[in-house]
Amino acid sequence: MEITVEVQSATRGSVDPHLSIHAYEAEGDLMLLHFGPQHPSTHGVFRMDLHLDGETIVKATPYIGYLHRGVEKLCEKLTYVQQTPIVDKNDYVAPMTNEQALNMAFEKLLNIEVPRRARYLRTIFAELQRVASHLVWLAAQSIDLGGALGGGSTLFLHCLRERELIMDLFEEVSGARFHYNTHTIGGNRHDLPDGWSKRAQAAISQIESRLSEYEDLSLGNQIFVDRMKGVGVLSAALALELGISGPVLRGSGVDHDLRRDAPYHAYDELEVQVAVEQGGDCLARAKVRFREIRESLRLARVAIDGIPEGPICSFKPTRQPTQVKLTGGQAYAALESPRGELGTFVIAGGDTPTSPYRLKIRAPSLHALAAIPYIVPGANVSDAVAILGSLDPIMGEVDR
Amino acid sequence: MNELVHGALYGTLIATAILSTIAMGIWFERKFAGRMQQRLGPTIVGPAGLLQPFADIIKLLQKEDIVPRDADRGLFDLAPILAVVCSLGVAAVIPFSPSIIASDLDVGVLWVLGIGGLMVIPTFAAGWGSNNKFALLGAMRAIAQSVSYGVPLVLAVLVPVVLSGSLSISGIVAWQAQHHWFAVWPIVPGLPAFVIFFLAMLAESNRIPFDIPEAESELVAGITTEYTGAKFTLFYMAEYVHTLVGSALGAALFFGGWDGPFAPGLHWMVLKTLTLFVLIYWVRWSLLRFRADQLMRLCWTWLTPIGVALLLVSAAWVTFGGTN
Repeated sequence: MEITVEVQSATRGSVDPHLSIHAYEAEGDLMLLHFGPQHPSTHGVFRMDLHLDGETIVKATPYIGYLHRGVEKLCEKLTYVQQTPIVDKNDYVAPMTNEQALNMAFEKLLNIEVPRRARYLRTIFAELQRVASHLVWLAAQSIDLGGALGGGSTLFLHCLRERELIMDLFEEVSGARFHYNTHTIGGNRHDLPDGWSKRAQAAISQIESRLSEYEDLSLGNQIFVDRMKGVGVLSAALALELGISGPVLRGSGVDHDLRRDAPYHAYDELEVQVAVEQGGDCLARAKVRFREIRESLRLARVAIDGIPEGPICSFKPTRQPTQVKLTGGQAYAALESPRGELGTFVIAGGDTPTSPYRLKIRAPSLHALAAIPYIVPGANVSDAVAILGSLDPIMGEVDR
Repeated sequence: MNELVHGALYGTLIATAILSTIAMGIWFERKFAGRMQQRLGPTIVGPAGLLQPFADIIKLLQKEDIVPRDADRGLFDLAPILAVVCSLGVAAVIPFSPSIIASDLDVGVLWVLGIGGLMVIPTFAAGWGSNNKFALLGAMRAIAQSVSYGVPLVLAVLVPVVLSGSLSISGIVAWQAQHHWFAVWPIVPGLPAFVIFFLAMLAESNRIPFDIPEAESELVAGITTEYTGAKFTLFYMAEYVHTLVGSALGAALFFGGWDGPFAPGLHWMVLKTLTLFVLIYWVRWSLLRFRADQLMRLCWTWLTPIGVALLLVSAAWVTFGGTN
């Protein structure tokens, strides 16, 4: 599907808070509050400089870079095969999708076809990872709204309990709980152990049965709804102009999902129902994520039932890190991570043929954070926390 | 002279009892919250983690006492002490049995409201004295909240006063022992008044869902951001004392205090107080937090008008002889 929305730069002017700040005397009327990077609810080490009039935010300036680890530079030094576990740490809430995005780009670069079984495995992992990631979002959002010493932490720990089921499934496959390293160029490294499908189905049923409880505790909770409704409204035009994707974009009413619009893995064989909510506020984003959890569980279930037999890797699996040698070419591949369009752009060549000349990761969270100067002003400090939580940024991915 | 000795003796006893109840209350709360959250709570220190609160207190007292360079030293040091004094002071006029009461003031209700209202001062002193923006924002919120919720609190407390015709808390309890508990009969001003009292008390003692002055996910730790060690312990204690004493007040004003069959009055009073105390924990560990403006809206558009209406109903009840 082609999205054609006219975006004028006037969009930005109409909501630009920096224009209205001139009504204030910067030193006399406003309080400058450094919100982060050491703050309990900045989702890591994000920093906002908030200009406050009383408790109303007049201007919000986001600062990133506190978690910069030089992953892209490191990728230029490592060989193609070695990079998979490194990018696991980017979006540390959804490591599986990082590996997939990276290897998809390499496969495109090398023109390698992934076997059908591996594509199904990747689909299942991606969907389960999306469920796990959205559960962490709900956990973090409720901590933001309810505090670590209160009802928020109760929901938090319950969400992590369900995430644990998915972590266990991944651990069975890959032997790791975080650095899975289960994807490789041309397919997957590890096949499913015996009885995995049955255990996965059981885990999915369990998560499904408990999900409605969490919905009651959050969307069914008047305090939650009051705190989220009408807060941090992001218009569709602004979201598109800023390059926002994923649940944040769909919460603003734009029907865009790479799983359906540009199918990869096995999504062309599955029917993906895209969750879209109107409103663009925190509540809409929350509803989108809840619907996505259900949809992902359904997709995972269908995919598990339909796993075909066959090889899991089309590329000869070896332990040789210098297996891939390239002198030129470039490729971009993107997938729908739990946070949006996670892309990898890779240029081969350079001094060493075994490692890329340049590797760029397009992180959806970075684009989501770009909305902060536009949607946070006008809210108060409590709202700022709720808005930040609903954007669901992962600083590891933002700063890389 | 006799009264002075009586007051000093019982005052010390009650204060000690409250503080030790709080130590065990913290253990209970942590166990309770742990069970609610699919975990065990403290298990290491002592059998079933029973000594955990003492370990916590010892740890806190050992911490370095850090004072920010530009803090207002006087206010900064005074605030935690005042906070404990104000919250413990309320307990002076609460009867724990017909005879166990530190000071049986004729105007006990007035004393409770006055001392409780003074809690604003240490809060603001801490917020201002810390010279910290988060603390200042917390203090700002706390004052707005305390002043606003003082109104429904007074209105709710006036319902038992009007119904029993006494301003003394032991008088109100004695009246309930003779007739009936106000939470039970007359049910219309009684039970809603208790609900308003309960909500206002949660707000006054900064408990979830009204804990916005602390709001650690927004304001780091609100007014206590800059406090460490013993001073932080005092604030922490004051908060629990406030909650416990508030529960005792609720039990005395609406649930007949020490009145009950089969057992001595003290047992009933303790049982009722702790039930309310646990109810507050339960609310705390299940609900999210309001936003400051939503809190104010709840206070001024719901609790205060309903409080006024309840006061009128109870006045009418007494005037038209509903009681006797």
